[in-house]
Amino acid sequence: MNTTTLLRCTDVRKAFPKPDGAELLVLEGMNLDLHEGQIVGLLGRSGSGKSTLLRLIAGLAEPTSGQVTYLGQPIDGPAAGIAMVFQSFALFPWLTVFENVALGLEAQRMPRAEIRQRSLAAIDLIGLDGFESAYPRELSGGMRQRVGFARALVVHPNILLMDEPFSALDVLTAELLRTDFLDLWSEGRMPIKGVILVTHNIEEAVLMCDRILVFGSNPGRILSEIKVSLPQPRNRLDPTFRELVERIYVEMTARPKGTSGARQERFPGLGIGSVLPKVSTNLIQGLIEAVAAAPFNGKADLPEIASDLQMEIDELFPVAETLQMLRFAELEGGDLKLSDEGLAFAQATVDERKHIFMRHLLNYVPLAAHIRRVLDERASHSARKSRFIDELEDFMSEEAADQTLRAVIRWARYGEAFAYDDENAMFSLENPT
Amino acid sequence: MKRFERYVFLRDLASRWDMLAFIVVIGLIAWLGETSRGLFAPLSQLTRTPLSLDPSHLPEYAARTTFRMLVGLAVSLLFTLTYATWAAKSERAGKLLVPILDILQSVPIFGFLSVTVVFFLSLTPGRVLGAEFESIFVIFTSQAWNMAFSFYQSLRTVPTELIEAAESFRLSPWMRFWQLEVPFALPALIWNMMLSMSGGWFFVVASESINVGHTDIVLPGVGSYIALAIAQKNLVAIGWAILTMLVVILLYDQLLFRPLIAWVDRFRVEQEPGARIPTSWALTMMRRSKLIHAATVAFHSGVLWTSRAIKRTDATVAPVVARPKRSLDLLWVSLVVLAVVLGLWRIVVVLVSHTSWKEAMQVTGLAFLTMLRVFFLIGLASLIWVPIGVWVGMRPRAAQVVQPMAQFLAAFPANLLFPIAVYGIVTWKLDPDIFLSPLMILGTQWYILFNVIAGASAIPTEMRYVTANLQVTGWLWWRKVALPAVLPFYVTGAITASGGSWNAAVVAELASWGSTQVRARGLGAYIADATTAGDFHRIVLGIGTMSLFVVIINRLFWRPLYYYAERKYRLT
Repeated sequence: MNTTTLLRCTDVRKAFPKPDGAELLVLEGMNLDLHEGQIVGLLGRSGSGKSTLLRLIAGLAEPTSGQVTYLGQPIDGPAAGIAMVFQSFALFPWLTVFENVALGLEAQRMPRAEIRQRSLAAIDLIGLDGFESAYPRELSGGMRQRVGFARALVVHPNILLMDEPFSALDVLTAELLRTDFLDLWSEGRMPIKGVILVTHNIEEAVLMCDRILVFGSNPGRILSEIKVSLPQPRNRLDPTFRELVERIYVEMTARPKGTSGARQERFPGLGIGSVLPKVSTNLIQGLIEAVAAAPFNGKADLPEIASDLQMEIDELFPVAETLQMLRFAELEGGDLKLSDEGLAFAQATVDERKHIFMRHLLNYVPLAAHIRRVLDERASHSARKSRFIDELEDFMSEEAADQTLRAVIRWARYGEAFAYDDENAMFSLENPT
Repeated sequence: MKRFERYVFLRDLASRWDMLAFIVVIGLIAWLGETSRGLFAPLSQLTRTPLSLDPSHLPEYAARTTFRMLVGLAVSLLFTLTYATWAAKSERAGKLLVPILDILQSVPIFGFLSVTVVFFLSLTPGRVLGAEFESIFVIFTSQAWNMAFSFYQSLRTVPTELIEAAESFRLSPWMRFWQLEVPFALPALIWNMMLSMSGGWFFVVASESINVGHTDIVLPGVGSYIALAIAQKNLVAIGWAILTMLVVILLYDQLLFRPLIAWVDRFRVEQEPGARIPTSWALTMMRRSKLIHAATVAFHSGVLWTSRAIKRTDATVAPVVARPKRSLDLLWVSLVVLAVVLGLWRIVVVLVSHTSWKEAMQVTGLAFLTMLRVFFLIGLASLIWVPIGVWVGMRPRAAQVVQPMAQFLAAFPANLLFPIAVYGIVTWKLDPDIFLSPLMILGTQWYILFNVIAGASAIPTEMRYVTANLQVTGWLWWRKVALPAVLPFYVTGAITASGGSWNAAVVAELASWGSTQVRARGLGAYIADATTAGDFHRIVLGIGTMSLFVVIINRLFWRPLYYYAERKYRLT
């Protein structure tokens, strides 16, 4: 294999300033090499900084410290040899397919004839011929993303950056585009020499990438690097393929090691200062029921239940972790296993469920217990939201505090642990009349 | 263990917010009383206590003006809720009411003023009240039309699912109106009320200092204060008036519109995730205050009572959509035809018997002059404000600073710039045909800026990344990205600006400072002259011509452009 290094990130760190003067760290200690002929996958959940890293590489943002070099040259703005494909396609609705594709060449002030010839070639390559004069609104999602690809390829980039390019498409279309792309790639018909793919879909990463970097959150960092040496085309049902998928699931659900001291904004944390996820009680109930029912009968393999429920890891993991926090289930070795209380919950009636939920909420979510205690102690049995926001902001950002309080309100309403009136921003014990 | 709190009953009785609410409410009541006292005074009172340029009177004048604006807004609201509802609900009526609204919108405000002043004064002979009515009516005509249009549009676009839900619960039309249609229309309506308020301020001088033929009435208010300051060449007084307006507009914003905007946010059917939720301290006060809370509860139970009092449709009877009877259709059509024929007859009689062809041709020529000015100014304003608007819109922080400033400037009456315009033109012997023109677009250019800012800030982030990634810069970026992206927004703004500029022509083509008068040749000056002279026939001719021009330009130019921009350039 050729070992020319196309791109190198050294000790890249990215932080955003917060209004109070402190900084919000999104990426830390990023080291990454992209060699010629490779597809590298950045796999992680939302908020793990993988898209931020992609923007740093594209020259759309600058790292706070560290360096990104392209062919040995530091990147200090959008570079000519790096093109990007976007999740939302980001096509210009007032330009035809041809004009959308030609835009990048026009920016390079190329002669008209050459623009025409190269644009048509790119349109042809990506399977869009016949659609040259169509406007994006006339195209299906899949066809739009093909335009996105053609627009990126037409400038003959060395590196193609892909930001979740298939996640806005339906399952069938996404699979078709993936295989089409892989065919063109392995046949060497595209001008690109290396690819970086951002995704939160584990199977997609294993299907397409030669190397996968698994990202952890808060702050975003690389947890591990996994080499995929299966030959293309890959088969999802191949045992080695399944094994890799399973391994990544285990990797991504493992409890963080050595959590003492550092910023601990991830649950299952202890104390009031842990950030709670946006998970509805319907999802909590739904997942408990799904795991309790056949064929899982209380213990589910994560990849299996994910494909069974058609859930991306971004959707599944927060729910699974909430179950773990509430002690309804245990996450271990890529499996989700219901506890006895979890099983009891699955069997319970509507009212019993609310009761069980309230008990677990007050026992295992310190913030809920704290709010309840304050309300119990006060003669008026009411308290302002701002009081708790202030407390939370000692531990976390303003946004996280707001999200956390919203989550706890949502759960408390379901469990009838306490009530909240949004208009007055007041917590109280009884429901308003 | 429960903690014992000593003054907890006091806290339950009244919160800090109650104190604030108390002060505000009592202040409002005192102001209302103070302001309405003068209403029943005889007209002669106005001449006995002439307006004073002493700034100490300004708070009172400002209160009077604000009060009129508020009443005008209330009347406009009433008009909106009835007229627009009728137009939207009755297919038959709608066919006539919507075009009428379109025409009314294009009639210059001075037109209403000159035609109705005698009528309103005769309502309460010899009393100030009649003049106040007239003033409020002028304010109403500067506020009502766009509100009614917005409400009509909303009624026509209530989502089918919501209508079906309302039908399946068999809501009475009354309940459906208040529980579904009004809430759905509110966000757009409130926004239009804000625009209307700016329109009202722009014509504040015309509405208070009424000067038609032999009728010459000066109502106490900021507008009359400005008019007097201009007549007496008092620059200091002009400065005071500007300051007063700034304060009043700020108060309006904080006490009325900010709370309304924060409040209607809950009525938005589609909530964009992550969009900033508007807040307002005044609304927080109203929500936290127990006194105001009690008042709203009472109001709410009143609304509920009306809903119960109205009979709802019978459950057992399946709703059969009755085909409207043909004979009724015929009757309706013949009524409309009759009205049109009569109207035409009146117009012909008035114009033919009292004006000549020569005059008509002359007026058409003047209208072309004014049209030339309007188009030129819109073009000029676009050249200036589109690039600035795009620049500002791409930077959210700048937008936050610029938006309220532009909002204030949109309410800035042209009369306040008369001193500068007249002085400049007289001193340097400039051509008023050219140099009075900028006054026309003084208040309306901001709509271009508003809309372009909104358009530029609506460009999705990923689309900005694409242009950066492909290194699309310079003129190519403007041509292929920025200008197309803001075009639909720009056209909306330009339509408003164009209509407003025609309207402003009446104020702007004839400027005076003390006894010096500067005039530009145009339809606006013609109407202004005719109004001052009280020449009814020339007023009708001028106003008719202006309405005709505005309607034709809208139909042939702006509307096609609008649909084209919407179809091709709207970002989804």
